[in-house]
Amino acid sequence: MSALSIKGLTKTYKGGVEALKGIDLTVEQGDFYALLGPNGAGKSTTIGIISSLVNKTQGDVEVFGYNLDTDLVKAKQQIGLVPQEFNFNQFETVLQVVMNQAGYYGVTRKLALERAQKYLTELDLWDKRNARSRELSGGMKRRLMIARALMHEPRLLILDEPTAGVDIELRRSMWDFLQQLNEQGVTIILTTHYLEEAESLCRNIGIIDHGTIVQNTSMKALLSQLNIETFVLDINPVENDVSLSGFETRLLDDHTLEVDVEQGHELNTLFTELSKHGITVMSMRNKANRLEELFLRLVNQTR
Amino acid sequence: MSANFIALKSLLTKEINRFTRIWLQTLVPPAITMSLYFVIFGTLIGERIGTMSGFSYMEFIVPGLIMMSVITNSYSNVASSFFSSKFQRNVEELLVAPVPTWIIIAGYVGGGVARGLLVGCIVTVLSLYFVNLNIANLGVLLISVLFTSILFSLGGLINAILAKSYDDISIIPNFVLTPLTYLGGVFYSLTLLPDFWQGVSKANPIVYMINTFRYGFLGVTDIPLVYSFSIIFLFVAALFSLAYWMISRGYGLRS
Repeated sequence: MSALSIKGLTKTYKGGVEALKGIDLTVEQGDFYALLGPNGAGKSTTIGIISSLVNKTQGDVEVFGYNLDTDLVKAKQQIGLVPQEFNFNQFETVLQVVMNQAGYYGVTRKLALERAQKYLTELDLWDKRNARSRELSGGMKRRLMIARALMHEPRLLILDEPTAGVDIELRRSMWDFLQQLNEQGVTIILTTHYLEEAESLCRNIGIIDHGTIVQNTSMKALLSQLNIETFVLDINPVENDVSLSGFETRLLDDHTLEVDVEQGHELNTLFTELSKHGITVMSMRNKANRLEELFLRLVNQTR
Repeated sequence: MSANFIALKSLLTKEINRFTRIWLQTLVPPAITMSLYFVIFGTLIGERIGTMSGFSYMEFIVPGLIMMSVITNSYSNVASSFFSSKFQRNVEELLVAPVPTWIIIAGYVGGGVARGLLVGCIVTVLSLYFVNLNIANLGVLLISVLFTSILFSLGGLINAILAKSYDDISIIPNFVLTPLTYLGGVFYSLTLLPDFWQGVSKANPIVYMINTFRYGFLGVTDIPLVYSFSIIFLFVAALFSLAYWMISRGYGLRS
């Protein structure tokens, strides 16, 4: 069964802005799915419609087989939403925020307290349970929204840019937490601007631009479309431009060389060529994240 | 325990916690304002006015002043709470959850009624310092105050749904509610007015609520109870239907 099935979804806002132009999307149960797109592409509108915060114009949305038009209550019970912006009551304590949300889903107080302790502890917020939520740091607020979304133990967790403004260490601990949830069977849909995040976490990916899905495939298949990778090499200083047989090169300065490597070309060949020219490589790195390159290419094609 | 009951309890608890947490803004000001009314209008000026409908002026105005505080507090509680939920976007917590529309209305209105009645009780207790209150008909008194509180809580909710800024939730209380309350027979009996103005006053729904409530205390009213209750119930039904329609359609809440 699909965790999420969207068919012919359109949204035209008052004033005529067409945010979604008939998108079709399927996310399988247990998937870790990335929904990417530039600002204003339609990601948040899609998430808003799935989570009942935005009225759709046309189309069908089913969550674990429950149609939003005919089985709204059951569909809502399957979804946990972590929105992009902080939307909890800033004057309530951390515990009140999560307990209220559990109550709205009909979770008994006893069970809600158990879950609050579990998720706030796992997200390192239990010690802050009596602090007013406005007193929390940005990273803590993000984690509070994750804990809140889990209080009714949804089968589908939707996170709209969950790590925006979060430092690297915390971001990685959130990744670990989300991966554990996914391993426990929770289907996760994630939007993010950190493409490294999508690449390392997600198995499948959809790219949305101008209200249409421009790519919906597995991360592996998408990355295999990238036929050239650019590496930046720190080398021993050279005076003249370097020309390597079979490789496109650019000398950025006397000790930095950029090399384009086509898919199927072995890196060993590159190193052999470099050795022939007496060039010693001190270190090397990818010029850009692979997914980032593909993303820009796909989005630019539609402009 | 059913899921709907748990949701209602959570929302109601949250609403009651909200106004009790800021008691200095919600419970103390009406107590001070009404005490001033009792001192100035009841004691200082009232003694010179004499009797009204066969009661001392103080006895006459106390039910109206209690009702006035119930009306304004019920209204403003829901208006400000719901609008700030909209403004801070935490109303989304309710919209994403499987909470039926009637529970959302019952939770917010329940909060407004709780504050309205609590303030009403505080003002009643304060009034005992100035006057001996007798209760002529407890049933009429309780039903009228409860449904008036529900009615104005619904009004506050609709105002908050329509409001786009904090200014919008003060326009109705300042420019509609306050004049209608003052002209609703809190301080005078309608029988003192010329016939024409008595007719005009009867277009003011607050007249019916204050008169019914006053009947509960004093056993006298300018308007037959059956009319008053019909008007109150009709307004409650109409405002509930409007609020239900707005929230279920996502009016002012969903884009």
